[in-house]
Amino acid sequence: MEKKGWDGFEIGAMLRSFDGATRDIATTLPENRPYSVSNSFTASVADWRIEKPLFNKDYCIDCQFCWVYCPDMSIIARDKKMIGIDFDHCKGCGICVEVCPTNPKSLLMFPEQKDEETALAEWPKKEKKADTEEKED
Amino acid sequence: MADTMELRDIEVWDGNMAASHALRQVQVDVVAAYPITPSTPIVENYAGFTANGYVDGEFVMTESEHGAMSCCIGAAAAGGRVATATSSQGFALMVETLYSASGMRLPIVLNVVNRAIGAPLNVNGDHSDMYMGRDSGWIQLDSYCPQNAYDLNFIAFKVSEDHDVRLPAMVHQDGFMTSHTAQGVHTLTDEAAFNFVGVYQPMNDMLDLDHPVTHGVQTEEDWHFEHKARQQHALMTAVLPKIQAAFDDFEKLTGRKYNLVEAYDMEDAEVAVVCMGTSVETAREVAEEMRAQGIKAGVVGIRVFRPWPLEQIAAVLKDVKAIAALDRSSPHGTVGALYNEISGTLFNTDTKAVLTNYIYGLGGRDLTKAHLVSIFTDLKANADAGKVTTPLQQYIGLRGPKLSFF
Repeated sequence: MEKKGWDGFEIGAMLRSFDGATRDIATTLPENRPYSVSNSFTASVADWRIEKPLFNKDYCIDCQFCWVYCPDMSIIARDKKMIGIDFDHCKGCGICVEVCPTNPKSLLMFPEQKDEETALAEWPKKEKKADTEEKED
Repeated sequence: MADTMELRDIEVWDGNMAASHALRQVQVDVVAAYPITPSTPIVENYAGFTANGYVDGEFVMTESEHGAMSCCIGAAAAGGRVATATSSQGFALMVETLYSASGMRLPIVLNVVNRAIGAPLNVNGDHSDMYMGRDSGWIQLDSYCPQNAYDLNFIAFKVSEDHDVRLPAMVHQDGFMTSHTAQGVHTLTDEAAFNFVGVYQPMNDMLDLDHPVTHGVQTEEDWHFEHKARQQHALMTAVLPKIQAAFDDFEKLTGRKYNLVEAYDMEDAEVAVVCMGTSVETAREVAEEMRAQGIKAGVVGIRVFRPWPLEQIAAVLKDVKAIAALDRSSPHGTVGALYNEISGTLFNTDTKAVLTNYIYGLGGRDLTKAHLVSIFTDLKANADAGKVTTPLQQYIGLRGPKLSFF
């Protein structure tokens, strides 16, 4: 961001999300929003992450729990279907994995350097009900 | 729509009641408060006005003064007219958030009913809390009586909310001496009072959903300095002219004249006392009596403590031979704050004035006329000698052996 002088910005350490007025921003897809230069949309925080969530669409039921609970709006969904993760803004907190209700989970945490293809090949199988109950005991 | 209240031309109000009626008349949107003595009746009265339909706004009881000011900051960022009141320990707890309010350029009005800060715990009036706020980036206006407490609230809202200013403002009054002493207060009608301040004009408000904004951001060494400089620039250049303009408008409306610096009998004064709060009125009375005895005495009352009107104060004091700065707060390790301010104001001028410092009135100890007579007598001796004839800093009204420093 351009480093302006003390009289070159708006008062109050206040930042605008968008350039100009916005209408119905909730129905505008992120890639079509007029984000301002001070908006964090263009800033990557990927290097804050130690582990990353990976997504297996074979098990996903599109319940949208991950989208609802993600604190960084990093679950990318279109037409109420999960399509992937925004790895520029995901900080690897693992909440999406925690709330995922499928069996096996459709989202799992892996080391940052893990290859996606290998991860999908190693994805755990469905746990039997009896096993689950034993575990919870 | 809030009900209007029919007021008499002159109401018998104490400073707290006067302040709460001012808040009612400007129709504050949010008052968030955690009441504390001696400012409690301001928010208590206001809550009553709200419950009885005289205010279209919210009264929010919070869990602490820190929470009260935090709530005010949120409401102001959202785009509301906001006010609260506090004193002493509560003010101290608020301090962290005071810096947030001014740095975020939010026009909040805080009524501070000045009270001592413990230990030892004390509910009475001195200026310790007011002094604690002086680096917080707020505008600080000082009342000497209930009438001032009423009037200065309107000035505070008008200046603070001005888009060229957008800085929060404190209206100070002395605990108990002003806050609980009823006097005749000349009132404005609800309509005239509201129109003087006007409809709140939001700026960068969070409820403007077409222009989403983030308030309260973090800046490090790359931006912080510039933001603080911009805040200081507004405080130093925009505020005093706006206060003067508001004083002028207020005089046209009410006939009551306020000045950036209140000078009494200063035209030909040889000796002058500089003080704040209720002490100004006592000092004026004694100065008149000293004049009857042939001592050309004057009084300078600080009306605007922040921003400090350096040039105006230097002008008022330029021909004086001896000055006493009266500080009603323990300076804890140096000279009093007013002594320091006056020194800084007069240094680099042609003045040859002798300046001394008196610490008085801590924890509500009375400043009597006899005390002021002794101060003026000291000043006369300093003026005649052309040098300091007493210690630089003296305690006045203190029991036991005389205490002085430097």
